[in-house]
Amino acid sequence: MTQEQAPKKTGAYICSGCGIGECLNVDELSKVAKDELKTPVVKTHPFLCGSEGVELIKSDIANEGVNTLSIVACSVRVNYDIFDFGPEVLLDRVDIRERVAWCHEPNDEETQALAGDYIRMGLAKIKEMNHTSPYKIESVSETIMVVGGGITGLTAALNAARAGHKVELVEKEARLGGFMNNLKKIFPQTAPYDTVSVNDIEDRVKEVEDDPDITVHLNTTIKSISGGPGMFDVSLKDGSQSKINIGAIVLATGFKPYDMSKLTHLGAGLPDVISGVDLEKMALDEAIKRPSDGKPARRVVFALCAGSRCDEHLNYCSSVCCSASLKQADYIRKSDPDASVTIVYRDIRTTGTTEHFYKSIQQDPGIFLTKGDVDNVKHEGDELYITIKNTLLGGPVTIKADMLVLATGIVPTAFDEKVVATIPNDQMQDFDREQVGKASILNLEYRQGPELPDLAYGFADSHFICFPYETRRTGIYSAGAVRHPQDSATARNDAVGAALKAIQCVKMVGRGRAVHPRSGDDSYPEFAMERCTQCKRCTVECPFGAINEDEKANPIPFPTRCRRCATCLGACPVQIISFKNYSIQMIGAMIKSIDMPDEFDEKPRVLAFICENDAMPALDMAGINRLKYSPVVRFIQLRCLGSINLQWVADALSSGWDGIMMIGCKHGDDYQCHNIKGSAIAEERTGKVQETLDRLMLESDRIRVESLAINDYHRIPELIDGFVEEIGNMEPNPYKGF
Amino acid sequence: MQSSVLVVGGGISGMTAAIEAAECGRQVYLVEKEAYLGGRVSKMNKYFPKLCPPLCGLEINFRRLRVNPLVTVMTGSKVEKVTGASGDFTAVIKTAPRYVNEKCVACDDCVKVCPVNRPDDFNYNMSETKAVYLPHAMAMPAKYVIDMSVCKGEACSECVKACKYGAIELNMEEKTTTVKVAAVVYATGWKPYDAGKIENLGYGQIKNVINNVEMERLSAVNGPTGGKIVRQDNAEPVKKVAFVQCAGSRDENHLPYCSSICCLASIKQANYVRDQYPESEVSIFYIDLRAPGKYEAFYKKMEKDKNVKFIKGKVARIEQDESGRATVTVEDILGGGKLKESFDLVVLATGMEPTMKTDKAVDVVLNDDGFMELDRQTVDGFIPAGVASGPVDVTTSIQNSTGAALRAFQCGVGKRG
Repeated sequence: MTQEQAPKKTGAYICSGCGIGECLNVDELSKVAKDELKTPVVKTHPFLCGSEGVELIKSDIANEGVNTLSIVACSVRVNYDIFDFGPEVLLDRVDIRERVAWCHEPNDEETQALAGDYIRMGLAKIKEMNHTSPYKIESVSETIMVVGGGITGLTAALNAARAGHKVELVEKEARLGGFMNNLKKIFPQTAPYDTVSVNDIEDRVKEVEDDPDITVHLNTTIKSISGGPGMFDVSLKDGSQSKINIGAIVLATGFKPYDMSKLTHLGAGLPDVISGVDLEKMALDEAIKRPSDGKPARRVVFALCAGSRCDEHLNYCSSVCCSASLKQADYIRKSDPDASVTIVYRDIRTTGTTEHFYKSIQQDPGIFLTKGDVDNVKHEGDELYITIKNTLLGGPVTIKADMLVLATGIVPTAFDEKVVATIPNDQMQDFDREQVGKASILNLEYRQGPELPDLAYGFADSHFICFPYETRRTGIYSAGAVRHPQDSATARNDAVGAALKAIQCVKMVGRGRAVHPRSGDDSYPEFAMERCTQCKRCTVECPFGAINEDEKANPIPFPTRCRRCATCLGACPVQIISFKNYSIQMIGAMIKSIDMPDEFDEKPRVLAFICENDAMPALDMAGINRLKYSPVVRFIQLRCLGSINLQWVADALSSGWDGIMMIGCKHGDDYQCHNIKGSAIAEERTGKVQETLDRLMLESDRIRVESLAINDYHRIPELIDGFVEEIGNMEPNPYKGF
Repeated sequence: MQSSVLVVGGGISGMTAAIEAAECGRQVYLVEKEAYLGGRVSKMNKYFPKLCPPLCGLEINFRRLRVNPLVTVMTGSKVEKVTGASGDFTAVIKTAPRYVNEKCVACDDCVKVCPVNRPDDFNYNMSETKAVYLPHAMAMPAKYVIDMSVCKGEACSECVKACKYGAIELNMEEKTTTVKVAAVVYATGWKPYDAGKIENLGYGQIKNVINNVEMERLSAVNGPTGGKIVRQDNAEPVKKVAFVQCAGSRDENHLPYCSSICCLASIKQANYVRDQYPESEVSIFYIDLRAPGKYEAFYKKMEKDKNVKFIKGKVARIEQDESGRATVTVEDILGGGKLKESFDLVVLATGMEPTMKTDKAVDVVLNDDGFMELDRQTVDGFIPAGVASGPVDVTTSIQNSTGAALRAFQCGVGKRG
């Protein structure tokens, strides 16, 4: 496909099935394609997706030399497998079923006009579309780098190696094993889940050390990472300053315990007030004693949520402290049957099968569980006096203890509170803000900063429930406690998933294709650099940090980092960025293609740009549910609303469209845009259109941005009709007919 | 040695395992017993904590499937038998007749003439469809299906006559397919615990006592009420709603484990009620409020709503009062003493029971709770994914299903060495 393409010979195939023929005059539509647009081959069929219809198309491909197809029938979401004529054929689908026949008045002049315009738009589109050819790099590294040698990193490394990949494992400490080296026992790992399990971290370490495909770098951190997926150049800070070529990366640097010294309100700093981590160490050394005098700790109190679930410290729940404290209470009781343990909790959060362990601990008469909050801790004589409020008994109670254990929470290693903003807030770009509080781990040589943007609290997590491994840096996948608070069993599963994603990324890069959310897409943005004005919009707005800059502010695209959302295409004020099958010219041609009624016709025309991920399927749902809405709107689906270029708005206004809608995903804190902020960017850009409108002396209300979730299809009639009514109340666009 | 992967179950976990494997270049057979993909998740109104529609992520996955020829989707199908060993299994798959063939264009003409109704299991029987139906508006594949248990068959044939495309085949027969695979991923999911077994909670007896999956349908625009949350006896709007946590879970007589998701599901559903009825009052009766990790913020936000009360206490019983409302009696642990209050609607936060507990695949080893632990399997190459492996939420299911794909690569051709 990369070779010279034969000249296009276009065939338009119009289906009259599924009620299309009863709603529309298909012969007239045929004339639009044939007579008006001079399409070489135009055919209609009552059942185009049936074998006869498909054969008709195949025969024209074989015998008539048709190589470019406009299938005028149903939504692209259906019959995709039937209308697949191989990579040599350029294909576009024009939907006159869900978008016309199923939701508009049959045999109506405006409905007919709508279908005609969709054919015009479709044929204009395919004229500007070209065959894609995958972006291939010379040699793709399939080596996976794992950052962090704790349980998550070890598991990721072993699983990637077992699937046939070389692994480079980087650990900053002198030994592998991470935090689990400090644990005497681990949470129950198998049914009946009622007793603690043996800590087998040493076995995992040995497996890694013995694995011929895993290279371990101890005492090593990362100096820098440049390049992109399939071709990362990693410089290590080790004795030899070595450089390695890496395909994809798993970030598994884990957590650090919350700094206990900040918990003075819970007695931190007083004698015999220790953290859960301290207690674990004592247990490992078989010496659970009061630190102050070495006497046995007979009365031990655990304060749960020490720092967690607290506005002043950690807003989140650390997830593991309840189970860890139950486990440690068990150590104490096993080592000294005369000892008593009191656990002060808010909620015991032993989710899932850990509940069995909680139940078994509750059977121990020497362990008391008390709901409440530790309010005050005093040390008098050689005893601690611990006052608990919000108890089930009502008023506060004070208990005496030999030792208080604070179940301190966990903090992601990706977070570093010492990394503060160095430029004033009003001068910061989004990506500058995203780097505040980020610990130096990856040191990416990316224009948008060295570390992974986080979601909340410094956890290097995805925003997506459905796609938990999607970070905003392609080819870098986080796993384990650096991603969100989790125990070792969860972390091990998480590690295997992250390893899969890393492997998948190098495989996709090898085929020159995109990873999620446009998985398999083999188009990529091309830059007509000779016209670049070095404005930096593309390097700033790319949601995935795919574009670097040279010292003169010229963009340096890294296609293997690119997710093909086309936000850069939308950002570019001089329109130098295009994809083979998605370009400024293509959408522009669609906008200009319609049969625009003149200003005396009283037939307004509204253009609606819609997101293909959510708004487009919602529109299909509206059709399937036979919802009726105004036929004056013509939809153009975009890869993402973030790809809207203001040139299209100008094109629309100058070609006489009376109103423009942009319908995208919800934005804000709980954004639903798979490209992070597409709809937010569209709204921002639209703000700037004001100026254009003023210059053209047009009302700014002619343009509206709306958000629409995929299940909001019932809102479509109200949304569309409301806007059309407002447009109807305005004068027609004065540029009609120019 | 084989390189293909068989995935049993086409819910979010199975779809994830299948697509993730296929995007690494593996041939995958995805077997789903229902007529459509998406499983439980497709029946959810929104996800916690973002309150976003699950259909959004499903749609992306559907698109990934559409563009990937390596996944063979088999709906209405069950794996009957798996023989062989890791790296070289032979699986026999039975596909039930759909009675509608690939010519179906989803035009809906058949539905217009079908004389028979059936309970709509997609809506947990809270509404009806015709005997010929599209499982739901976004069903993948978008093909209709006939419920032959109620269809009048050839004696009627109204749909056959109405279909212009020859898509209806009332005499379609079961099909058997045999595939060779390297590994089998079991992503068989869960079902809501049968709340009728918890006698004191009145489920099945009191109309205004429903379970949490029914609440999802009741809140969904494509549900039985078009998204209106209403009393189940008289379809009136609800003013006071209660959520009863651990309905079956954490109970030795029912599900001894914690189902992990019910606290958050109830907070999510409390949001539905509060959004729809600004004056409404919600009470959530719980033992421990379990909002681990970042979910804490979701809980905290709800706690700030003055019309939502979190009451630590175990519900002793639920009875119907003379007005048809449900009266909840609860031991209020924090306030002390007993509490008795009537509600327009009571939602039981029923837990998740693994599907395999009652419908176990041959040679799969389950633990006492009915979950499939990887390390307990006696057949190497049998890999659990999602809730089949333990009671986890959607995002955790997706994580371990992604991992399941990699574990599958370690069998057969992908195996090192």
